[in-house]
Formats: sequence, C-alpha cells, structure tokens
Amino acid sequence: MAITLTINRKKVSLDIDSNTPLLWALRDHVGLLGTKFGCGIAQCGACTVWVNGEATRSCVLPISAVANAQITTIEGLNPAGKHPIQEAWDELDVAQCGYCQAGQIMTAAALLKKNPHPSKQEIVDGMAGNICRCGTYHRIQEAVALASKKVKK
Amino acid sequence: MKTTRRNFIQQTALFTSVFTLGFDWFESKGAEMAIANEPGRFNAFLSIDALGKIRLYSPNPEIGQGIKTAFPVVVAEELDVDWKQVEVLQANLDTQNFERQLTGGSGALKHSWERLRKAGASVRQMMVQAAANQWKVDANVCKTSKGFVLGPSGQKASYGSLAAEAAKLPVPATVTFKDRKDYKIIGTRVRGVDNKSIVTGKPVFGIDVRKPGMVFAQIVRPPFGATLKSFSAEDVKKMPGIIDVVSFKNKVAIVGSSTYEILQARQNLTCSYTSEAALESNDTHQAWFDAGMKSDKATVQRKDGDFAKAISEAAKVIEATYECPFISHSPMEPMNFFADVKPGSVLLAGPTQVPQPAQKAVATLLGVPENTIQVELTKMGGGFGRRLSNDFALEAAELSSIIKKPVLVMWTREDDMGGGTYRPAVRYHFKAGIDAKGNLTAFYLRGVGLNAGNSTRQDNFPVGAIDNVLIESVDQKSAVTTGPWRAPITNFLGFAEQAFLDEVAEAAGKDPIQMRLDMLTRVKTNPVGKITYEPDRFAEVIKQVAEKSQWKKKPGVHQGFSVYYSHFSYVAQVAEVQMKNGKAQVTQVTAVTDCGEVINLSGAENQVKGAIIDGMGHAMFAKLNFQAGVTSPTNFNAYRMIRGNEVPKIDAYFVDNGISPTGLGEPALPPTGGSIANAIYAATKKRFYKQPFY
Repeated sequence: MAITLTINRKKVSLDIDSNTPLLWALRDHVGLLGTKFGCGIAQCGACTVWVNGEATRSCVLPISAVANAQITTIEGLNPAGKHPIQEAWDELDVAQCGYCQAGQIMTAAALLKKNPHPSKQEIVDGMAGNICRCGTYHRIQEAVALASKKVKK
Repeated sequence: MKTTRRNFIQQTALFTSVFTLGFDWFESKGAEMAIANEPGRFNAFLSIDALGKIRLYSPNPEIGQGIKTAFPVVVAEELDVDWKQVEVLQANLDTQNFERQLTGGSGALKHSWERLRKAGASVRQMMVQAAANQWKVDANVCKTSKGFVLGPSGQKASYGSLAAEAAKLPVPATVTFKDRKDYKIIGTRVRGVDNKSIVTGKPVFGIDVRKPGMVFAQIVRPPFGATLKSFSAEDVKKMPGIIDVVSFKNKVAIVGSSTYEILQARQNLTCSYTSEAALESNDTHQAWFDAGMKSDKATVQRKDGDFAKAISEAAKVIEATYECPFISHSPMEPMNFFADVKPGSVLLAGPTQVPQPAQKAVATLLGVPENTIQVELTKMGGGFGRRLSNDFALEAAELSSIIKKPVLVMWTREDDMGGGTYRPAVRYHFKAGIDAKGNLTAFYLRGVGLNAGNSTRQDNFPVGAIDNVLIESVDQKSAVTTGPWRAPITNFLGFAEQAFLDEVAEAAGKDPIQMRLDMLTRVKTNPVGKITYEPDRFAEVIKQVAEKSQWKKKPGVHQGFSVYYSHFSYVAQVAEVQMKNGKAQVTQVTAVTDCGEVINLSGAENQVKGAIIDGMGHAMFAKLNFQAGVTSPTNFNAYRMIRGNEVPKIDAYFVDNGISPTGLGEPALPPTGGSIANAIYAATKKRFYKQPFY
C-alpha cells in the first residue's frame, strides 16, 4: 500500500516497503540526493533531515513513522541558499569535501530555530553529534555563531 | 622565462607502494592545441568567449583539498581577471590535454604552479597583443586590469571583445609573470567554488551518480586471506527488488533496484570460505612484530659512521618502542563507483583520486582499448588515500560486464571499514646515544611494517645532524590489504620520532626546541651524508612556532613541541595541555607551516587545521582489530572518530617567503601525534608508546 509523505511541502506517494528508511526513500525513490549516507546506524549525522522541524537521522527512520509528518531536506531548506546558515557556511568557507555538510547544516539550522542566539558551549554541544572527517569543526561552530548574528534579535 | 606552446601531454604517473610520482616536462613545437573545437578555448585550462565568459578548467580530482579552487586562482591571477568574472568547471579525464590528473602525494601545486601561471600569463599577453594591434600601439605600453586591456590614451577593451582576434595570434615565446607584490587573488581568502552546490544539496558526489537504466549493487567480500567456497543465492534471488546474484573473484554481488531491498536481501546470503594459511588475527600481527625486531634479514636503509661503536661509547643510551595499528581511511562518503560496460564503449563515473590508472586497469581487465573508456570525475566525500586504490572501480566494471547493465556499486560503512586498503600497522624501535656534553652521537631506527614497504624515511631529519646512524626496515607480508593513508608512513613515523626526540632532549638536559635548532645549525655547516630537507626552512618554522606559541612562557600551561618535513613542506607545532579535573585536556595547537606561496589562505588554513584534527583523532582513538581475517569494529559506534566537542583551538600561521608552492594536504598531519603526546607528557609525566593513546 502506498504511503504518502510530505517532503519539502510537496506530497509524494511511494509504493514501497513501509520499513524503508527515509534516507533510502529520499535517495532511491524520490530522487532527492542531497541527504547523505554515512553510517546507516545514526552515529554520524550525515543523513540529518527535519521531521516536523526537529533534526532527525533519516537512515534509521522507517517511512511508516513519518507518513503524517512534515519532512524538510537540504533541498527544501532554502533552494537559493539564502538561509542564514547556508550564507554563513559560504562566507566562512566551511566545507572541505562537503559530504557531511548537508547533515551539519540541517542540524545547525534546527539548533538556531530552537535557540536563535546560542552560547558558544551550546553550539559546540548542539553540533557534537555530527562527524566531519575533514575536521571542519572550528568553522562549523564559527558559522553557526555568525548565522545567529544574522538572525534578528 | 622561456616558453613554447605545450601540448600538455600526459606523462607517466606511476604508483609504487609509496607512490613516487614520475613526471616530465615535454614541450611541443607547434602552436596547435588539441582542444580546438570549443569556442575561445585558448588552452587546456581556460576559455574566453566573445561574450566575455571566462571559464577555467580544473583537471585534478577534488577530495576536499581545495584544488578545484586553488588551480583556477593561479590561472586567474596571471590572466589578470576579476575572480568574480570566472566560472570554474571540473575537467573529466583527458589524457591528451592534461598531465598528472590525479590527487595524491600533496603534489598538485608543486607540479602545476609554472604550468598554471603560463596558461594564464600567455593568454593575457595574447589579449594585450590583440588590443595593441587594434589600437596600432606597442604592446609594451598596454596594461591589463580585471579582464580588460588598457591602452596609453585611455583605450579600454574587454578580453571578451578581443578573444576572437587574440585566438588567431601565435602563443608568445616568452611570458612575464606578475610580481608577487601585485597579486590580487593569490594569498587572499577565496571561497570554495562548490560552496553553493554544497549548501543547497546539489548531487555532486559519486554516490549521487544516476544514469538511465542504472541498477544498484552491493558486494560481499571475503575475509582477508580467505577464498570463497560456496554461497546460497536462491533465497536472495527470491527477495523483492533483486535482479541478480553473481559471483566473481571470491566476491558475491547482489544486484537490485534499490539500496534498501539489497540490504534486506543481503541478510539472507550465506557464504562459506576456505583458506590455505591460517587467517590473521591481532596475535599473528604481534608475533610478526616480535620476529621482525629480532630478524637478521632487515634491509639497511641508511648507514652513517659506526653506530655500534658510537653507542658503546655513549655516556647515556635511550631506547623506546612505538607501535601503531592498522587503521581505516573512513572517508564520510563510503566507496562507490558507477560503470556501464557496453560493446565498444565503457563509461566509468565516480570518486577516484587516480582516474587514469582506473582507465588503464579497466582496459586491462576487460581487454578493451583505453580510448574506448570514458571517465567522469565526481566530487569526492573525502579520500585520505583510500581512493588511490581503484579496487572499487574495477569491481564496478567487472560487475557491469557480467550483468550487462549500467550499475552503481555501493559500499555500506561496514563494507568500507571492513574492506579497506588500510594504513599499515608498524612497530618502531629507536635507540640513541648521548655523549657527556649531551650531544646526540648515535641514532638507530628499525621499522617493522606489515605490508608497509620501507617503513622508515631514512634521509629525513634528524638524519644529517648525527655522525653515527643506522636505519633498517623489515617488511612482513600480510593478507590484510594496505595502501597510502594521508601522509603515508610519516603519519605514524612522525609521532614516534618526535616523541622519541622529546625523550632524548630530556635525557640530554636540553630544551627540545633548542636541541633541534642546534642540530640544524650543525646540518647547515657540516651535514652528515645525503639529506632531503633544507635546514634553514626547517629552522625558520621552529623559531616562528616558538614565538607564536610563547614557548615556555605560559604559566600553568604544559607545552609539547614537534616539527616534521614531508611533501616538500615544513610544519612545526606546539600543543598545549591543561589539567582539568585531573584529566589532561589538549586546549590548543599552534602550527607554523612553510609550504612556499600560499595560494588560497582560506583553503590553506582548512588543510592545516583539518590535518591536525585528523592526526589528533586517529592518534587518540583509532584502531582496527583482526580476528580470523575479519576486521572490527565495523562502524562509527565503536570506531571512534574525533568530534567537534573534542578539538582544541588551532592557530595556523604560514611563513611568507614567496617560494614556489609545495604540498599542503598532508604535511600538517605527521607532527600532530608528537606535539600532543609531548604536551601530555609535560602535564602528566606519562609517555605514549602506542596508538591509539586511549
């Protein structure tokens, strides 16, 4: 039986195994390739998307669990790249290989939505779940701080 | 300087186990360029069309080292255009027009610096000549600025308006490069050309390759040293979405229409294996290290003076043994590759650091001519050396040739961690003799590596400063596959040696920085034997890091020093440790790098900081275990990667000397384990002899 998902405000009907993790539904069936596979066990954060605005690991989340939810992927955050987090990421030249950055950005943007002006420690703690193998951690933290300045007080 | 139009002929870029890169500079006589069919294509690196569109082509694979930005920066600088005017494109494998189209050995800028500058400067001169002809003035009185030629009486013409005429002119026999004081782009902070694609989630990586009719596949590989005896495919084939199950070269490939369906089906696959020799475990490797240390068949890599005599006469002898395990590269994007093998043509697409060897190897595998194989380069989610071994590309090509379909072979994280070309495990034994004055008079090193080749770097510092030296290596063959891992060999040798020299300095009653500087003074005046490094450049990074880090001038802060030369660059580090709740915490690393001219300051800082974090994380946490040929851990739950809440503050400085640029993707890594271990020792009096530390 088909499951209808709401992804980036569009309804998508998928007639696939309802146990399929959202990550693979997005990548293999919906054709949204921005969300990345890193570990498959919710350890690295590369697959982070928003489910009802909450940063969530999509690699272990079956689509049956999100049928009634609003799903936002990196493609839906701001397609023009104008979200303060995206702008800060470009301004501070955060990415090296860039592979983990979709997950980092979705985590960071969710963090700012909840807490628009986090302290330095809140940023460090809030971003600690996402691995960056290139070691761009300093600029990730600096970019979240920069983006928080762009968000109106 | 003299130049002629070059044909950019690909010379051999052969890899040995330590990947020595062979290249040559061939000059062609003709003014013809092979890339002629694209409008305004002046040479392999750039095109300027009549509308003024300036395209710069970056030939080398991008793995996060920033080459796709750095190469065009050099061309744009000499072309004298505004960076905002240019569009940067990734060139696919093109052996006719590019050479050394690979990523490895931190060698791209060193190799291409002159070529890139010529590519820009010669076209700038052609633009000037075209304008001078038009205005009937001497070219010498014309200037350029931001993509315009400026004439002596206020004339102004854009490169675009001149492109058609300029393209008809002969390539200048000589070109003049800019004076570095006039640089407008080189040395500034230039943002990555792919930033926008990355922050908006564009499908730019190998894993994102999608082609018409493509199927997915995963491959089950045998334990190291084992042979596939049989497997049960029937239950797997019945699973939904499964197209085929095939076996080749001891592997079983499951082909399906989606990743999740393959993952599910894979659980039903059982394989049984046999092996001729006993499969390797941690104990096997320890026994091999012990045997290697006792072996009388070591290869002598270097001999200066008489070590045995000098050590017997030494006032003090210091000895230490260091050991590092096999570790995985674990780039965030697991291995994957696309192949479509058809009669008469092959398309390969995906993340490889070495596309030309992929083309060659696939040609040999399939018995087809190289020129029928097209290779599309994708962006890579990290490499760290793993993507220098084209095993993943060969598998994809072989599978596609068997199933006769375009296929994307995907590795899970477990496949990637369990089927690596690992950093070899190595044990080192050092022995040093100090005379009554505290001078280092005798130095011995034996490296025993498992599939490591020569695990020493026998012509590197401290060699050259010591009269009696003996350096030996033993290479023990193992069924565990190994390969270059970011800063091959030196990623661990750097730690062992810098930690050992810290012990030597302590035993000699010397400051570790002053000891290095004294040794380098000796090298400069009276070097012992052949050396690969320049003592003045070595000493400069040391002096600068002492100053920048306020060496031994910070109360309550424990500092550790290290310095290492690799890939023609010099990096000195001071790490700082503070005791917090009885635990040693690394709070800061100060690094001074001499990599010659810094092309992109933003990218350069990224490489230094990233390499330090990489070196620190792997020194502290990383280890693979082996049990009957099978690797553990297999994923990030137990294989600890350093995280953002564990990194110290890092200050990265660069020596401003204008020397031609050298490597930067790797050189900041080798000194890292040493500076951190030495700082922790300063705080706790506990030395580390094994990685991982924790």
